[in-house]
Amino acid sequence: MIRVLAPLPVLLPLAGAALSLVLGRFARTQRALSTLVLGAVLAVSVALLLLADADGAAAVAVGDWPVPQAIMLVVDRLSALMLVVAFTVGFGVLLFAVGQGWADGAERSPVSIFHPTFLVLMSGVAFAFLAGDLFNLYVGFEVLLTASYVLLTLGGSAPRIRGGITYIIVSLLSSLLFLAAIGLVYAAAGTVNMAQLSIRLAELPAGTVVLLEALLLVAFGIKAAVFPLSAWLPDSYPTAPAPVTAVFAGLLTKVGVYAIIRTQTLLFPGEALTTVLMWAALATMLVGILGAIAQTDIRRMLSFTLVSHIGYMVFGVALGTVAGLAGAVFYVVHHIVIQATLFLVAGLVERKGGSTAVPRLGGLAAASPLLAVLYLVPALNLAGIPPLSGFLGKLGLLQAGVAAGGVLPGLLVAGGVVTSLLTLLAVARVWTRSFWRPVGQDIGADTARAAAAADDSRADSGPDPDVPGEDDEPAAHGASSSGLGTTRAGARAAAWERRTAVATAHDELAADGVRGRAEERLPGALVGATGLMVAVSVALTVIAGPLYALADRAAADLLERTPYQEAVYGEGPAESAEGVP
Amino acid sequence: MTPTVVFPVLVAGLYAAGVYLLLDRSLTRVLLGFLLLGNATNLLLLSTSRAGEPPIVGTAEPAEMADPLPQALVLTAIVITFGVSAFLLAVIHRSWRLVRREVVETDEEDRRVAARSPRQGDALDPDDLDPGDLSREERAVGRAVGGPGDDVEHRFGERFPDAASDDVDLPPTRGAAR
Repeated sequence: MIRVLAPLPVLLPLAGAALSLVLGRFARTQRALSTLVLGAVLAVSVALLLLADADGAAAVAVGDWPVPQAIMLVVDRLSALMLVVAFTVGFGVLLFAVGQGWADGAERSPVSIFHPTFLVLMSGVAFAFLAGDLFNLYVGFEVLLTASYVLLTLGGSAPRIRGGITYIIVSLLSSLLFLAAIGLVYAAAGTVNMAQLSIRLAELPAGTVVLLEALLLVAFGIKAAVFPLSAWLPDSYPTAPAPVTAVFAGLLTKVGVYAIIRTQTLLFPGEALTTVLMWAALATMLVGILGAIAQTDIRRMLSFTLVSHIGYMVFGVALGTVAGLAGAVFYVVHHIVIQATLFLVAGLVERKGGSTAVPRLGGLAAASPLLAVLYLVPALNLAGIPPLSGFLGKLGLLQAGVAAGGVLPGLLVAGGVVTSLLTLLAVARVWTRSFWRPVGQDIGADTARAAAAADDSRADSGPDPDVPGEDDEPAAHGASSSGLGTTRAGARAAAWERRTAVATAHDELAADGVRGRAEERLPGALVGATGLMVAVSVALTVIAGPLYALADRAAADLLERTPYQEAVYGEGPAESAEGVP
Repeated sequence: MTPTVVFPVLVAGLYAAGVYLLLDRSLTRVLLGFLLLGNATNLLLLSTSRAGEPPIVGTAEPAEMADPLPQALVLTAIVITFGVSAFLLAVIHRSWRLVRREVVETDEEDRRVAARSPRQGDALDPDDLDPGDLSREERAVGRAVGGPGDDVEHRFGERFPDAASDDVDLPPTRGAAR
């Protein structure tokens, strides 16, 4: 049964993307198609998870080639669980995007390309989770990354191009590193099949193995945004449209975390780089959360907490115990859902308040009590307030850290607690300022300084990137680029004046937006989709018992390694007859 | 397979040139750097395999055939690199259309955070200054290097008296120079 279902999460979205591209002119049909496809894949993923949990891991050799040569899709508890969570979030975000399409009409953004690209992205994510060899993991990464380039630069406005270029170049570099690592792995072991590698790598000299492990960790570390490879993330994610940022923040970094978990447990069970990983986890947590506190924009703040909380997962992986891995797996599940939800809420805040810059917001709790609830619940969950799932995940990881003993795990436990508290501070500041500060209250120095700083940056770059008011940007940018043209002719002062004028006009437009939108009710479809995601995040708390037990079993499988090998090779993993080429 | 010095030297040279270009601010050079790095990686993949006869069944003994797997991997990688390069070119073109610049833009957030906490008495850090703040006449771009009257540092010193600077006369980018 698994063998029939396993290719579907990859194939269905790809076929859907092709069909959706053909149907580009019919917005309604396109939306219905994407919803249908992702809903179907979600059902398939749930079936896969139930089957994999009941019967153990299974593998499909695509095209029925003999085993070590074939392209393998491997479904075990971890990959099935990741599939379910990924498509749950993908489905929720798609509903939000569809709602946005309904609310705004098709003229606001090039929606016709959004749906096919989104489906390709989900297909790539599914392929990365299911791939049974390193090279197809690379292909999965490339599929999802290429789709993400398109989604991130959707509409091609200046802030998105600026953020997108950073993102694209960094991603390309990490892909090349990954590819080089694959080449070296093949040179050393003569295979890229992960089950075969898990046997052959053990026979290689320790130095070679550590080198390969380090290369793969750097490549995945960039994708997962582990400090010091995380600087690209807060610069590129916040500029994208709300649903895109949500799915990026929730899913893409976690695909990197998944790859780290998979390779660290299956290919490199030794403890050569454990210490490095622990220090990286600690630095990720602390640097990320300190960055989050310094932010005045909700989306940037969330991007930094995203980086910070990757540290918890790396911590769990570095511990290398069943408890640590179970904690990491549970935390990945929790964090995918919660981070995507919060970015959707940030999208709603932007609609209601006209901005996500905290100095410009105020009185949101009075304007929309429902929005306040939608923000508060996942925000507290992120910070880890009992009894929500964030608390359970952190508790599990901290217990695993204490059980491991030693100085470094102790340090990480302390760092985890500090990070959790600082996360609470970061989300609470947004809560008090954006939701409870009365509208129009002069908050003096804070606003003045923020405005001055914004003016400074505007003088250099045209419109304030804090205000991604989509409708007025093209006009502003057209004007500012012709302003630059004047500079080239030499009349710099005139250009400067003009750019300032453009910026002022832009500000007034944004202010109009605030006044205009505040009276408007939030579209029901958007609130519904966000509410659904909040409900899912709360449901994670309700089903935390069975979920944690499942994570435990998945972790035990990972550490044992034989379930994966047996799934690929059949009973009794024997080294295949053909030698190293 | 006899070890050959050609592959390592070629791969290392391409990697070095690629990294050098990737560090440039001009996006076109970044793209070229990425292409060089891609080719270096493909050569690296290719060099991991055994050379020999074409791997077509019936034309040679299997033991004498070249290893087909890395060739398949390289083909896949070439296709991916090609597609992504095309996309990157489109993005660069879009950037040029929008702001008439094809460079990696200044990090606005970095500047805003820096501007938010001005510490009194701190000397102006020349690294924080953007050559774009200078007018065209004040830049060294597009002139013969070291000619008389090209004392950019002197003029910079007049404009920003408290900056202790020695490295601001670098031309911003090729892109802005045009």
